[in-house]
Amino acid sequence: MSLLEVRSASKNFGSLMAVRQVSLRVERGEMRAIIGPNGAGKTTFFNLITGFFPPTEGEIWFGGRDVTRLSAQRRVSLGMGRSFQVAEIFPELTVRENLRIAVEVGRGLALRPWLGRAKARLVRQAIDEVLAATGLTTKAARLAGELTHGDQRATEIAMVLALRPRLLLLDEPTAGMAEQETYDTVALIRRLHRMNRLTVILIEHDMRVVFHLADRITVLDRGRLLAEGLPDEIAANPAVQAAYLGEPA
Amino acid sequence: MSTAIGERALDRLPVSRYKWPGTALLWLALLMVPLWVPWAGGYVELAGRALVLGLAAMGLNFLLGFTGVMSFGHAAYFGLGAYGAGLMLKYVTGSTLLALFTGTLLGGLAGTILGALIVRRRGVYFAMVTIAYGQIFFYIAYRWNSLTGGDDGLRGFARQPLGVGSWVINIQNNATLFYYFLLAVFAIATGAMAFRLCSPFGRTLIAILENERRARYLGLPVERHIWLAFSVSCFVCATAGALYALLNNFADPMTLHYSLSGEIVIMAVMGGMRTFWGPLLGAAVFVVLQDYISSITVNWMSFIGLLFVLVVLFFPRGLLGILGQRGAP
Repeated sequence: MSLLEVRSASKNFGSLMAVRQVSLRVERGEMRAIIGPNGAGKTTFFNLITGFFPPTEGEIWFGGRDVTRLSAQRRVSLGMGRSFQVAEIFPELTVRENLRIAVEVGRGLALRPWLGRAKARLVRQAIDEVLAATGLTTKAARLAGELTHGDQRATEIAMVLALRPRLLLLDEPTAGMAEQETYDTVALIRRLHRMNRLTVILIEHDMRVVFHLADRITVLDRGRLLAEGLPDEIAANPAVQAAYLGEPA
Repeated sequence: MSTAIGERALDRLPVSRYKWPGTALLWLALLMVPLWVPWAGGYVELAGRALVLGLAAMGLNFLLGFTGVMSFGHAAYFGLGAYGAGLMLKYVTGSTLLALFTGTLLGGLAGTILGALIVRRRGVYFAMVTIAYGQIFFYIAYRWNSLTGGDDGLRGFARQPLGVGSWVINIQNNATLFYYFLLAVFAIATGAMAFRLCSPFGRTLIAILENERRARYLGLPVERHIWLAFSVSCFVCATAGALYALLNNFADPMTLHYSLSGEIVIMAVMGGMRTFWGPLLGAAVFVVLQDYISSITVNWMSFIGLLFVLVVLFFPRGLLGILGQRGAP
């Protein structure tokens, strides 16, 4: 059984068909990239998967369960973690406090009037683990809003990891990053994927990153599914080349 | 409601390492009120009034300052608290504590039920609906002459002495003892709020204030948490309202009116809604100025309005925010 299955999902905004009958299956442990020219509907497709808004048509199944009508927060608690194009963090909190909130919410402690000694230690350990895994240990006491672009992105990914997700969705994780930051972020994603057998779907513009990371690639163009396959197949696909170069297929 | 980068959001929580001297000083000042207030030209009832309205403003600020959700209708729950306490004393029982409890429950439960209906609204829509709720209760109290005394307000009840076994505390005629009764209730209510804010729950409120989208994508049921904050805030306002009725031995329909809601917001914002104690300071300034200026001119509200505008323009963090400004975080 696939971890994620999108069945012919569409999303219309008025007369604009942002996503048209796109289907997708992602297996456990897979690293999938979604690519496509600007305006291809990639982020809209992400929003459908994560419940930002409901699809006009089609179904979304996650872990063998129909989640089409579930709210975003319910999908998160079922194990979908997501990052955004612009890192969504708590800028006026330190990195550690950002993660603390994520850990407490993720472990169902958000309504506790009081954390006992044992639970408090558990929370602290979980934070330290995620800090170490994302290389943020030395920046734990810094305000998240004062970090570099790359570290803010890492903070966001760390918060999502603190939820112990089954599926990690990353929307352009290296967008706007300098060379070194891109390199670090790619290394981080690969490490997380390998260490935890985490299933990852990422939207990405940087083709070096895509071909470096992805097991399989899905190409969207003007809201439609254009192609899907192994990186070599996609690179050799004339329709994909045409879409990117703007020639008629 | 985002603030400048570099300001630590968790600093608005009431408990932290460097805040305890200030908090201790505040409690000392509150405990010594009967000693220094007459000396400073005030009187103890005035301090009681500031304390009660301060509690209402702090209650409102539990919602406003910590989740960023604005209510312009908290007078409704304040007024329900006042009428609940007054009606209980007038028709049912001679127990001051039971009256306080009834008022708190009446306003708190009304807020909890109504809050559940509006937590999906945001910003100005939320504020408008809260005003509308408040006006419903205002007109009920205004019209239902036989029960509430209508326009004249609810009269004919008085707070009763507290009896502990054979030991009687006369809060009825002794202003100082009654002040300490108010202070005890104030301590319990603010203590409960502080405790709630310093828990994981309090941090989720700040998470919602800081970045609602991220809070949602951490799997946080944002509406439920805003609703709970709204509920806590209404319970505290209702307690304050019940105390207000005990203070005046009178429940006024204007305690339900949206103009009082506005005044509570002014107290919270003027005092500093980014802080836990700021609204108390705002209420104290408001009450003292009202008392002083209204003896000179009937247009006292213009002066408070002017002060409010000046504070918002030049000290957007409020009066306590000026004191709270530290160097680098």
